[in-house]
Amino acid sequence: MSGKEEKKPLFGPKEKRLLWDPINDNNPVTVQVLGVCSALAVTSLVYKSVVMAIAVIFVVAFSNLITSLIRNYIPSQVRMIAQLVIIATLVTIVELTLKAANYAIYKELSVFIGLIITNCIVMGRLEAFAMGNSPWRSFLDGIGNGLGYGVILIIVGIIRELFGKGTLFAGSPIQLNIIGKSNDLVHYWIDTSPGSMMSWYSNNGLLALPVSSLFLIGIIIWVQRGKNKKLVDVS
Amino acid sequence: MELINIAIKSAFMENMVLAFFLGMCSFLAVSKTVKTAIGLGLAVIFVLGITMPINWLINHYLLTENGLFGMDLTFLRFILFIAVIASMVQLVEMVVEKVSPSLYNSLGIFLPLITVNCAIMGGSLFMISREYNLPESVAYGLGGGFGWFLAIVAFAAIREKMAYSNVPAPLRGLGIAFILTGLMGLAFMSLAGIDFTPFIAK
Repeated sequence: MSGKEEKKPLFGPKEKRLLWDPINDNNPVTVQVLGVCSALAVTSLVYKSVVMAIAVIFVVAFSNLITSLIRNYIPSQVRMIAQLVIIATLVTIVELTLKAANYAIYKELSVFIGLIITNCIVMGRLEAFAMGNSPWRSFLDGIGNGLGYGVILIIVGIIRELFGKGTLFAGSPIQLNIIGKSNDLVHYWIDTSPGSMMSWYSNNGLLALPVSSLFLIGIIIWVQRGKNKKLVDVS
Repeated sequence: MELINIAIKSAFMENMVLAFFLGMCSFLAVSKTVKTAIGLGLAVIFVLGITMPINWLINHYLLTENGLFGMDLTFLRFILFIAVIASMVQLVEMVVEKVSPSLYNSLGIFLPLITVNCAIMGGSLFMISREYNLPESVAYGLGGGFGWFLAIVAFAAIREKMAYSNVPAPLRGLGIAFILTGLMGLAFMSLAGIDFTPFIAK
């Protein structure tokens, strides 16, 4: 470390921007269109979205860190393969950990954990950021982009689960039954069984289907660009 | 006969893009004109058709307990699969550059991006989790690739027409593309109940 670098604060305004920019202005899903593949398929339950978001944050942050540490030793012709090996190793770690820790959710996510390897966010950040920046900043950039991805995933997950199934965090230890037909086994906060005040309400079947996440992300993009004029596509 | 069923199913009923959302990144990015969409679609069919049997052979003869090394090496699966895919994409890139330089230029950055196209990796992982055998995995690869081709060409054609319509400014480009894909997905879902087994059995 040179003397000049030591004077910089470890967590100054620049580092803060690295974390916050990807959450709104430069969101990987809605602005850079990266990593959409998995964002759509795992959002049927909030619990699944949260697990997926944590897995992606871990992989992006650490692959950014490792790539940045060895960036000066990778010949540019083989950098793709080198990056893919780093990512694949980290994803294997995530997969095996998840398999050991919670087999049910591992089965639910099935191939989508493996598909983090081909999640364009990871590869995109390695190419665009980690190959040219210091390890600490790359690590923060990875966390920021992972969070930006996770935020979209969780918003879509909450809408789909609440209005599609009437629950939140189903499958996790803190399952909340919000709205639905109560019976002897399950109690919902808002009861919609025949004869009650909310009996006109029923769950929206469309939101249980995977295609609904496309509409929801489309609407999120609409709202975000409506508020933030500089993101609007001119073409 | 079972093979035809698998191929048709993976092309239409279980379309990679519209039912599983695999390969959305390049699907959204390279669908501005029909010509580039056809080029990328063909490349995907080719890469899927080649990588599936190779990955099947690697998985079956090298990584399982009955394989060459006699031990369970499945934890190496991701690394080996992605290495096979990356090298095959490199091959396709060289072939396309030789055969059609104009297509090579218009595909640009997106040819190497087939490596990180989730459809290719997802195909291999689905093949493992569904326990296909070798001919079945070839049929699945070609059928799935054809489905991907069909989806991206149809999508590009719609987008070309959409240039003439008046879309609200914040929705222009990406936003409307998402909603369009959703509508196409709904249309493809109506094929879900079709089953060819009785016809093929006759």
